[in-house]
Amino acid sequence: MKSENVRLSGADILFECLKREGVDTIFGYPGGAVLKIYEKLYDVDFLQHILVRHEQGAAHMAEGYAKATGKVGVVLVTSGPGATNTVTGIADAYMDSVPIVVFTGQVPSHLIGNDAFQEADIIGITRPITKHNFLVRDVKELASTIRKAFRIASTGRPGPVVVDLPKDVIASECEFVYPNDVDIRGYRPVYRGHSNQIKKAAEMISNSKKPLLYVGGGVIMSGGSRELALLVQENNLPVTMTLQGLGAFPGTDEHSLGMLGMHGTYWANQAVQNCDLLVSLGARFDDRVTGNTESFATSAYKIHVDIDPASIDKNIVVDLPIVGDVKHVLAELAAEIQKPPEVEEWWESITKWKDECPLTYEGNDGRLRTEFVIEKLSEKTKGEAVIVTDVGQHQMWTAQYYKFNNPRSNITSGGLGTMGFSVPASIGAAFAIKDRPIVSISGDGGFQMNMQELVTAAAHKLPIKFIIINNSFLGMVRQWQELFHAEKFSFTDLGQSNPDFVKVGEAFGIKSFSTDNPKEVDGLLDKVFKYNEGPSLIEFKVVKEDMVFPIIPSGKSVADMIVKRLNPKNMM
Amino acid sequence: MKQVISVLIENHFGAFDRVATMFSGKGFNLKSITIGETEIANVSRMTIVTEGEGKDIDKVVKQLNRLVDTIKVIDLSETNHVERELALIKVDLQNTSLDEMKNVCDIFRGNVVDINNKSIMLEITGPPDKIDAVVNVLMPFGILEMARSGNVALRRGEQLKIKKKEYPSN
Repeated sequence: MKSENVRLSGADILFECLKREGVDTIFGYPGGAVLKIYEKLYDVDFLQHILVRHEQGAAHMAEGYAKATGKVGVVLVTSGPGATNTVTGIADAYMDSVPIVVFTGQVPSHLIGNDAFQEADIIGITRPITKHNFLVRDVKELASTIRKAFRIASTGRPGPVVVDLPKDVIASECEFVYPNDVDIRGYRPVYRGHSNQIKKAAEMISNSKKPLLYVGGGVIMSGGSRELALLVQENNLPVTMTLQGLGAFPGTDEHSLGMLGMHGTYWANQAVQNCDLLVSLGARFDDRVTGNTESFATSAYKIHVDIDPASIDKNIVVDLPIVGDVKHVLAELAAEIQKPPEVEEWWESITKWKDECPLTYEGNDGRLRTEFVIEKLSEKTKGEAVIVTDVGQHQMWTAQYYKFNNPRSNITSGGLGTMGFSVPASIGAAFAIKDRPIVSISGDGGFQMNMQELVTAAAHKLPIKFIIINNSFLGMVRQWQELFHAEKFSFTDLGQSNPDFVKVGEAFGIKSFSTDNPKEVDGLLDKVFKYNEGPSLIEFKVVKEDMVFPIIPSGKSVADMIVKRLNPKNMM
Repeated sequence: MKQVISVLIENHFGAFDRVATMFSGKGFNLKSITIGETEIANVSRMTIVTEGEGKDIDKVVKQLNRLVDTIKVIDLSETNHVERELALIKVDLQNTSLDEMKNVCDIFRGNVVDINNKSIMLEITGPPDKIDAVVNVLMPFGILEMARSGNVALRRGEQLKIKKKEYPSN
């Protein structure tokens, strides 16, 4: 403990702590309970405060910032509605293990529980959707609480932490003591994997005939991409990635089988079903990956590397668990493997599956299709852009057709599936990433869920390329209605009610374009990639009835995969 | 199958709620939960009774360990332990006599803690199945009110192995 012998107010302490945590950007919105903090903020020069237009936007921006950089994203909002508006973003961060710290104002301590103006029990509300949360009851606890909050958010399996700050705590003073270290006795994440287990895993890999690496977001979070690449190259191993794992390994590399699971490639899913060794690296056997757990990778010996012991044996019982940081484990694993496995025949099978059923789409009728737009985008940016997707068909097509070459390039809402994520998350990423283009892709539905944040992008002249894939429908829901719900297109047709997206963009001062012509895609993309003085927007009006294939229906297995549309009458 | 889990947890605001919220959020079965102070300052002990098979209990233990406020989680079902519960039971005296109640109470080694001309209150302590038995016996007399504490449990101390004296052979 280092005493600096100065008496500071809670608000001062907050900023002193943020400075020491290396925070350079916070996303927030002022209000009654945090006025004192905003009063101090007025004179703070070591960080930039980004004024959002809705607190949900702030939470998603913090997520975008954190996912793009690996640093903790920080949010500052007022009590009551300010706090509750961040809830969706917090839940999203919890599901996708994104390190964010959310500071919420709270009514003065003596009014807590009195149904005071703008009071909400945000600690109670966020308990099941945070890694941890704190109500600061005494200004003396503030510095150590903030230290703990950042520690918990960013270490182990990362996640969101809420710090609730009553108005009186912020206003009162105490001697400022910044703890150099904090001991949290109930929180000791394990980083080093058990060496005997790693030795066993190395032997299993050497001896296997049909190995497969199943890579999740954990590899990106741990910064283990280089270690992964080494392991793959030295041992000629096939790699399949989850939605969050895309980018952990270059999508253009021949060892990449692309994404697995519900909308994964045919060959990746066949590889999962037929492999004799499945090595899960920082992935959690989510239901979108496994489908029916009874029939998932039944012939494989399963190794599961994860920093969160609770992820192991949760959905799928594995044969060899390794608790530890994936980066560390990958490095040790690569060093332990004595001889590479013999996988020539295995690669032949994989190539055969790839030839049997490649990713294809209808492209000869002169109508605009999402797959075509994404392919063009992937070519133009050479897989080097930061792509921030929303949720739905465009998200799955991006996962299939964009060849992510770098970690932290694929920013998307996976676990929670939050529509309205892309616009604010891309803004958060744009505040951190200046050397690569940032592309936000949304459907026409999701775009409208947080389009108020366009003004945040415009005000800061962020060169984000906003792409709207407009099929006049809630496309993914429409797809399920067609496939599984008797073609009752119940409340998914937005065609009659959608706004004019070009006018929307222009209203916010954003250069905006629209097309439904495949021949114009190239030119428009060139135009927006050349323009970096501010945000730009392109609406691509695409075919409304297209569906994402392949699809493994929910809860089914690879054998039930649908690879193309069966009912041609819907091909309007 | 009934399982008993002992949890050492930070004794501060919201820690108990975190455990309860986790059980409901994860859909785990919660049969009883007790909490109280321990010999260590700022540390409470929770005794949780849940129901499930071995692999379900593993999940419960892992999720408990995952909470930042939990310091130590021990699955007592796996070890030799002592388990106790306390019950206060108020019985209607209209259908029985004071003697009869006193008798039942003695058999179960309980105490009479309150009495008036309408009812009698018994205090019974013991393993949970003993409490079940008392309740079963008292039910026909008419239980007016009842409060059970939920289980508390501790691991038994290790028994020192003492070598038996050998009987001299000759």
